Amino acid sequence: MSNFFAMGGYATYVWSAWGLTAVVMGLNLLLPLRQCRKLRKELE
Amino acid sequence: MSLIKEYWHKLSSAKHFYPIAGALLPWLLIPALIMLAWASWQGLVVAPADYQQGDSYRIIFVHVPAAWLSMMAYMIMAVNGVIYLVWKIKLADIVAASAAPIGASFTFLALATGSLWGKPMWGAWWVWDARLTSELVLLFLYLGTIALRGAIDDRQRAGRAAGLLGLIGAINIPIIHFSVEWWETLHQPATVSKFGAPSMHPSMLVPLLVMAIAFTLFFFAVLMIKIRAGILEQERHSRWLAALYSDSGTSSISPAATGNSIEQDESK
Repeated sequence: MSNFFAMGGYATYVWSAWGLTAVVMGLNLLLPLRQCRKLRKELE
Repeated sequence: MSLIKEYWHKLSSAKHFYPIAGALLPWLLIPALIMLAWASWQGLVVAPADYQQGDSYRIIFVHVPAAWLSMMAYMIMAVNGVIYLVWKIKLADIVAASAAPIGASFTFLALATGSLWGKPMWGAWWVWDARLTSELVLLFLYLGTIALRGAIDDRQRAGRAAGLLGLIGAINIPIIHFSVEWWETLHQPATVSKFGAPSMHPSMLVPLLVMAIAFTLFFFAVLMIKIRAGILEQERHSRWLAALYSDSGTSSISPAATGNSIEQDESK
């Protein structure tokens, strides 16, 4: 398991890249959903 | 012929596309998330380490799909910008405006993950090589169209200006793609699209392709949400939206749907 996290010595680079991807994709999904909900609320 | 015309007319109207976008959303998002999970597991755990690059190559599974999306999103933005310039279809302008920030975010991601890959492999976070430079220009083109929209108050003029900039900037897309062939670059040449013999083992290639499909589906899912938000914003004074949301479901029965809804909302 610790082998997996170590990524053969490239842990910093690999996990930063994947982590950043997760954050960017998460925000891409959450922000427009929240905006949609807000706009619908304003209509009610 | 008239049937096709009618179909396009309906598809290109915001009122008709709003529910279509909502119906498409789960069909795009759920497969995208399943494929993302599967390809992540394959790419991080199952696929073997590269014989030259060790485990650092695993960045490819997020880097290449992000770079692919950065260009695909641009083409969608540019094509819709042209549709708006020529036929003045409002929905096309909403699509173009929606695609820009998603595309910009994936361009940033392609640059950042590339940088995180470049440091251990090339010994530098950044080099002014043709591939990297043209991708950076792509980011500025996205930011340019977004800024242009923000700077012009009149919606129609903003859409046309952004559409024109997007169209001119489209010349950059083939430049990015062929940059690794046209110029001496540090960036490695295409791994996947080499016809005939891709230079990757299936245990690495399959998760990469699945990830690319997942990113693409994810992009369209987010695009649908953003298009809905764009329609809600642009059509907020329209009667059809008021009928859809003001009186939660019973709007067709009530003759004064908008009037009643205010009282009902306050009583909640």
